[in-house]
Amino acid sequence: MTQGAWDIRLENLKLGYGDTVVLHDVAATLPGGKISVILGGSGGGKTTLLRHILGLSRPLAGKIYLGGHDIFALPDKEFRRLRRSMGVLFQDGALLGGLTLAENVGLSLYEHTNLRFDDIRGLVLHKLSLVGLEDFADYYPNQLSGGMRKRAGLARALATDPPLLLCDEPTSGLDPINAAQMDALLLAMREQYPDMTIVSVSHDLASLYNIADHVLVLNSGTVAFSGSLEELKNTDDPFLRRFLDRKADRVPAAAARNPELAPKVRAALDAWLSR
Amino acid sequence: MLAGLKALFSGTKQLRKIFRQMYVIGARSFFLIALIAAFTGMVLGLQGYYTLVKFGAEGMLGALIALSLIMELGPVLAAIMVAGRAGSAMAAEIGVMRISDQIDALTVMDIDPLGYLVSPRIAASLITFPLLTALFDVIGILGGYVSGVIMLGMNGGVYFYRIDTSVVWHDVSGGFIKSLVFALIVSSISCFQGYFAHMRRDGVGPVAVGNATTSAVVTSCILILVADYILTSFLL
Repeated sequence: MTQGAWDIRLENLKLGYGDTVVLHDVAATLPGGKISVILGGSGGGKTTLLRHILGLSRPLAGKIYLGGHDIFALPDKEFRRLRRSMGVLFQDGALLGGLTLAENVGLSLYEHTNLRFDDIRGLVLHKLSLVGLEDFADYYPNQLSGGMRKRAGLARALATDPPLLLCDEPTSGLDPINAAQMDALLLAMREQYPDMTIVSVSHDLASLYNIADHVLVLNSGTVAFSGSLEELKNTDDPFLRRFLDRKADRVPAAAARNPELAPKVRAALDAWLSR
Repeated sequence: MLAGLKALFSGTKQLRKIFRQMYVIGARSFFLIALIAAFTGMVLGLQGYYTLVKFGAEGMLGALIALSLIMELGPVLAAIMVAGRAGSAMAAEIGVMRISDQIDALTVMDIDPLGYLVSPRIAASLITFPLLTALFDVIGILGGYVSGVIMLGMNGGVYFYRIDTSVVWHDVSGGFIKSLVFALIVSSISCFQGYFAHMRRDGVGPVAVGNATTSAVVTSCILILVADYILTSFLL
């Protein structure tokens, strides 16, 4: 299997579901050993791209190379070996509801090794301590807040010290302190494991400025930018500037006019409000 | 279903999951099955007694109840009850796991979702359905005893003597064969509906899970009755 840091190379990708094309002409390289942030608006295809990198969906056209391997050309057994080297934080954590946090974090070790769960627990507690959840090891996911579930999802993604860590919206829904903590954790991972390639899908600009080495911006179904954070900051592309400066595209006409409700609707609403 | 059965033998950690599912499917259905069986047996006792007495054959009540339960009502009603209770739970649980990315999380951890989720449920169903059917038969026969003997005054010795002389091993084995087939039907249909809840055309998200759960129960019940007719025609 691949040695050293893994590049992720996207070659003329066309992605979608059935007849619906979500992304087209996607060509970029996410450098190995760096933190790459895939940026874009809501519904812009970021998670779709991530699912294809994970091999959960097949592209309509094009190729994805992980560490030089065309993942969809690999025999199933080889691809499964490759995927074992990925740690994934899903958007809402995707923790198994019937298992405690400790069981969730240690699940892949329990299933794939001959270690007893008691033996795995030490490592599990260490991973949970990285995300500040060591005191919640025996809680079930539904006993925790959304942010805590997300942090536990990250602990599970890190359980096997994977060379490739993929995070889907790691800071969304977190308060600023926890979001900053998540960023700090990803930076610490990069420090501790120089060969770890980290890909974070996000639309959180604060997080982008904190962690990104490389940025891939998606817009209008294709790649709007691929380059370093510095290059992005200095760009004069109108869309990218609006995105980075958080400027509205246009004020929707209906909102600008703030139209009066139809009399019939107004009367019904007033009657309900005064009831 | 075949993939689920194949995956049953692929891992070394399956026993714990099977025992857990046996608890969910079997032990937690115990009181429901006992309740339904008791009232089914009691109703059979009442109906059977008043019908047989017209022909002066009320002494055959034990045989009527035992054969009805062991060959037909036990396997069918137990399977339908478990489909409603545990089958719906299987479809809903797996469906929720599907729409909340939990199955994808298993896949990327290189844990075969079929081996992890489906196989233990099929195996546990194959073990628990015959046991629940046996429980249904025994409690149903006792229910018939309550209404026929205790309430209507029939001779208790005759009741059990007729059971002893009329029920043969072929009847019992036929009932268990049915329960095994019904176990396969309920577990595989329920797991299938939950596993592919995200591909349903009649809804997305929680609506899809709800529809998958409904489909699991309805389809299981229909197939149980169809399979019962086919099996009965071969077994008789």
